[in-house]
Amino acid sequence: MTNDQNLIQAVEQADSSPRLLAAVRTLANAKIEAGIPTLIAVLSYNNPGAAVAAVDGLVQLGDVAVEPLLNLLDEYNYGGRAWAIRALAQLADPRALDTLLNAAETDFALSVRRAAAKGLGDIQWSKLSPEEIPSAQGRVLKTLQVTSYDPEWVVRYASVVGLQGLATAVAETQPDYWQQIIAHFEQLMKDESDLAVRTRVQFALAQLQPEMAKAG
Amino acid sequence: MTFVTEQSSGGESLTIEQALANLKQRDDLSLCYYAAWWLGKFRIRDAAVIDALIMALEEEADRTEVGGYPLKRNAARALGKLGDRKAVVPLINCLDCSDFYVREAAAQSLGMLGDPVCSPQLMELLEGGIEAAKPVPGSPHLAQPYNAVIEALGSLGAKEAIALIEPFLEHDQERIQYAAARAMYQLTENPAYGDRLVQALKGKKLQLRRAVLADLGAIGYLKAADAIAQTLAENSLKLISLKGVLEHEVKNSASESVQLSEGAIHVIKLMDDLL
Repeated sequence: MTNDQNLIQAVEQADSSPRLLAAVRTLANAKIEAGIPTLIAVLSYNNPGAAVAAVDGLVQLGDVAVEPLLNLLDEYNYGGRAWAIRALAQLADPRALDTLLNAAETDFALSVRRAAAKGLGDIQWSKLSPEEIPSAQGRVLKTLQVTSYDPEWVVRYASVVGLQGLATAVAETQPDYWQQIIAHFEQLMKDESDLAVRTRVQFALAQLQPEMAKAG
Repeated sequence: MTFVTEQSSGGESLTIEQALANLKQRDDLSLCYYAAWWLGKFRIRDAAVIDALIMALEEEADRTEVGGYPLKRNAARALGKLGDRKAVVPLINCLDCSDFYVREAAAQSLGMLGDPVCSPQLMELLEGGIEAAKPVPGSPHLAQPYNAVIEALGSLGAKEAIALIEPFLEHDQERIQYAAARAMYQLTENPAYGDRLVQALKGKKLQLRRAVLADLGAIGYLKAADAIAQTLAENSLKLISLKGVLEHEVKNSASESVQLSEGAIHVIKLMDDLL
């Protein structure tokens, strides 16, 4: 048996929580493509420590993990689905755009909504063809405007982080979106009652100021 | 307006009018019990709600077999969340209720309402010091809700309670030691107490680390920010803890409107990474 297969088998045969965690970490650090299905399976084990390690491993693997994760979403296990969305949010691949838009607006778990909202601000736009980018960015903008009024403060906070990321991405290419984001932040400074979220908006505006100067 | 709890799957949804009606009636006490919880959860601050919850605090009928008062417990908890100081005196009266959990809920809510008029009665529950703070045979709790009482006195800024609270730093139970450290920090601002909580984040028990995260958020201890971000616990709890630290920092910086302090920016960056 190859070493890679040994690492995979160690995860499958772990008979205690500490052994599972150790095996998942080892497999994750090995960054082997053949380990992807095993790492994805771990997301459904209802073991948060192991799931975090598996998400880290999948994110490190990058592009090759995106399709298998999207395929997993068809399955019924909610716990696994939530972790998969968090992995996709960190991978920020535009193939996951529909999934992330939907999760940010409608997922019932706030930890999934907040991860998706943040991930939408990190989307790697260069992976899309130039003609697809503006409409995709417009959808992200619309969704983050909605989620910045989520009932949970932490989702609103994450939406501000997402909008700041989007603003940076569109500063030079889509001045109209840029203007909309700045105007939206100014509106949030008036509407937002939570001090931490308002502070995050204030920070976003301060961070964007150098870009503002460039954009005139 | 209809509210549905976020995580409910086909659970109860109510209107404010229904909840208030349920709370006022006594034919079905389980509806009354649920309404008291619901009105607190959704922060329904109407005067009529406050009055009905205060009435429920005095309800003797709803009793469990072992002598507990579930409705009183829920009403006491809700009144803390609704922020109306009209509830202070009725809650003080609950501090000598025979049900431990009513006393605990009342102490917590009095801490939240922020009216120091209740400090003498809270201090009475600490009488006898750690000698008296022993487990009650056959029950899962101690003689008094020490955690809740000590935390409330800390939030209320009851400096006159310092000498009473300090010995609890040496109580057998770590959870009570941490409550005492939290209150001592609030009452003295001596960083040694905050640092003691930071040390506690390295403890082995997840339950205790979670409790300490809440304590550090409540006192807004800026020096704890990195330790909070690194401890082994759920990101959701770390984020709530750091939120408390951030808000404390922003409120205590000279002017909120101009520039964020370096400390605030550092906390924001830690929070962003935990999303």
